[in-house]
Amino acid sequence: MKSKEKASAAGGVPAVEARDIVKRFGPTTALNGAGITIAEGETHALVGRNGAGKSTLVSILTGLQRPDEGEVRFAGEPAPPLADRDAWRRRVACVYQKSTIIPSLTVAENLFLNRQTERGAIRWRELRTRARDLLEQYGVAVDAEAMAGDLGVERRQLLEIARALSFGARFIILDEPTAQLDGPAIQRLFERMRALREQGVTMMFISHHLEEVYEICQSVSVFRDARHIVTAPVGELPHQRLVDAMTGEATAAYAYRSRTVPASAPVVLAARGLTLAGRYEGVDLEVRAGEVVGLAGSGSSGKVGLAETLVGLRRADSGTVSVGGAAVRPGDIPAALEAGLGFVPQDRHREGFVPLLSIAENATMPIARRLGRYGAVSPARRREHGARMIAELDIKTTGPDQPVGDLSGGNAQKVVLARALADDPKALVVINPTAGVDVKAKHALLGAVEDAAGRGAGAVLVSDELDDLRICDRVLVMFHGRIVRDVPRGWTDTELVAAMEGIENR
Amino acid sequence: MNRTRPVNATRTSPPLAEAGAVPARRGLRLGRFRDLTLVPVIIVLLVAGSFVDPIFLTPGNLTNVLQQQSALALVVLAEALILIAGKFDLSLESTVGMAPAVGVMLVIPTAAGGFGLELPAVLAIPLCLLIGGLVGAFNGFLIMRFQLSAFIVTLAMMIVVHGLQLGLTQGKSLFELPESFLYLGSATWLGIPAAIWITGAFFAAGIIALGYFRAGRALYAIGGNADAARAAGIRVERVVWAVFVIGGVIAALAGVLETGRLGGISANQGVGWIFMAFAAAVIGGVSMDGGKGTILGALTGVLVIGLVENILTLKGVPGEWKQLVYGSIILVALMISRLAGGKAQD
Repeated sequence: MKSKEKASAAGGVPAVEARDIVKRFGPTTALNGAGITIAEGETHALVGRNGAGKSTLVSILTGLQRPDEGEVRFAGEPAPPLADRDAWRRRVACVYQKSTIIPSLTVAENLFLNRQTERGAIRWRELRTRARDLLEQYGVAVDAEAMAGDLGVERRQLLEIARALSFGARFIILDEPTAQLDGPAIQRLFERMRALREQGVTMMFISHHLEEVYEICQSVSVFRDARHIVTAPVGELPHQRLVDAMTGEATAAYAYRSRTVPASAPVVLAARGLTLAGRYEGVDLEVRAGEVVGLAGSGSSGKVGLAETLVGLRRADSGTVSVGGAAVRPGDIPAALEAGLGFVPQDRHREGFVPLLSIAENATMPIARRLGRYGAVSPARRREHGARMIAELDIKTTGPDQPVGDLSGGNAQKVVLARALADDPKALVVINPTAGVDVKAKHALLGAVEDAAGRGAGAVLVSDELDDLRICDRVLVMFHGRIVRDVPRGWTDTELVAAMEGIENR
Repeated sequence: MNRTRPVNATRTSPPLAEAGAVPARRGLRLGRFRDLTLVPVIIVLLVAGSFVDPIFLTPGNLTNVLQQQSALALVVLAEALILIAGKFDLSLESTVGMAPAVGVMLVIPTAAGGFGLELPAVLAIPLCLLIGGLVGAFNGFLIMRFQLSAFIVTLAMMIVVHGLQLGLTQGKSLFELPESFLYLGSATWLGIPAAIWITGAFFAAGIIALGYFRAGRALYAIGGNADAARAAGIRVERVVWAVFVIGGVIAALAGVLETGRLGGISANQGVGWIFMAFAAAVIGGVSMDGGKGTILGALTGVLVIGLVENILTLKGVPGEWKQLVYGSIILVALMISRLAGGKAQD
């Protein structure tokens, strides 16, 4: 609707400009003379590996941190002083990676946090009405009186976007908004972003998923090692060159290995008639030794719930799970581990690792009993095992004693996988292993899963990424809680997506 | 070359109807009454009490209960404010004894145990509140500026503040009190003891401030997610510091009321209260993790504790067994409020 304006501004003053920014935190330089220029009305991607300086740039562009050197300009004017939060919020809105929704407050109050009223007592009825108007304006169908904590990730994010924009900013930063969303939710987010662009909103989009960059952005800036590397329209920077710019070297694409699983290979993980009300029903599944089986489907397909049942994180209403031929008591994680199962949970921060404990201790948690006698754990043997895992999975660290909480996302995920592999499992269940990790770590993680299969383990890989699923010998597609298709290797994207959306099955 | 392609990127799915579905409204309607989950407990106690002793349900006895609990109630109010902001203060109970003791010693003559300064007697209460505020300010300084753990800081301060009182009074009780203390302890306004009016007024102010004013709502925001509160422009450090100061002042006021009611300041005034204060706040629905609970809920918690204590006294339970019964009843109240409230306690 404001496309004329957009066109006229295209050659004019950039909406946002950060020049020669230097920011140091103690001995580390987070940004070293980096900058970014975003034209009015465009959706601009910022990509880079973990630690490239993206988050620091976000906090500088949103006025949460002061750069040591360099300047930030909005529409040609210098940025307001740091203390003037309102002035910042009128210029730039941000949906942070970490949710800034307060779960114990209502949706309405979250929208008007710290501005519930100009002065005097808060009039709740009026506040709710304002909240409803705001939600309606941005097309967010959420009850203003609901507790924000009761909302799902997607709705919370929409809430953040609506709140961010309600300050009147015409520039919005989206810091990894897709990391926690499933396929359809990402598409809904993109549609919303396109609509905002139509209205002339300028956006900066951060994501590890390069395909998303090509889908939604017009131009892209690459950061690497605290520096700005390149900025170009997305059309002029094909995928491989983008990856090369991020890694600083020519990175080979992931080479998928081919395997043949003999029909005589024993079944290492099996499910019979598994049903969990509201999640999945009547699921039968068999994974043979040396086989990698993918589980695909939309967020509501029940794939994660099924995988969590296989490892004992959930208990099915009926049906059995057996590992290595023996039935495992439902919902009993120690029994599942005992039977020879290893798993990588969906949310590594919650179930994957203990941040304050060392890499060695995290990685050896399930096998602590083998590291000493009578309940004692030998620190030397633990370190030794940790060091071996670090070498095997190429974990970037100062050593096995470093706490996992200090590692980047990709390296922390490797520790979680190391824990899953610690006992040389017969069966491996891996849920979204590559969420929020960069290209190189992704390759290492997928490689480690294939290595495990090479050693004779059977693996179940649940993923929202088609690319991850390519390592699978076959992909089971789930739709509304049922396995609807068994797709052998060699599928095309369209084929698999169609199956996940339930197009040919209903 | 292979490309990373998110699921279903190949096809633009239409916005699904489910994305727009409004969540059920049932849960939040219940949520509105979450801070009143102790009401059934209170009713049970009132009924049970009337069977225990016919005196129980008389206005005289109930007024008595309220007056006895008014000082503790103020400490609960102070603790609830601090808990909602996501912090912790164990030193409040020591302030209950130390602030009035020092305030009084500044105005009474040496012969009665004072410092010999003999400041004007009208200053006794203002001085007492000032001292409470200073203790809170010091706590806030250590916790917010020094970034120390609130638990350890206030644990140490609990010992320090109580030790200060013991040292200054040499462990003796103070009996010669300024007129103003005794007046607040004995006066009745419109037939109801002044202490109840004062405590009631503070609770009303707390309920209104936390329910209807930005500054009060800021406590919930800070306790719920301090980073989010900061991003929303709330001056987190300043607000939390202010809450510690207010908490100290309210605890000092509790000390004034208790002193007036008992007619003296013993060396043990306030000792052990903090556990009652926590119990009352938590069974009243205030979360130890911050961000949750209401002042009204905390008030119902105090009422439960007060009624239990009164029933035990009327029943003539021997002092040695009181603690056991007391603790057990708090546990039962917790379980009932958990069942009524439905959500896991935290």
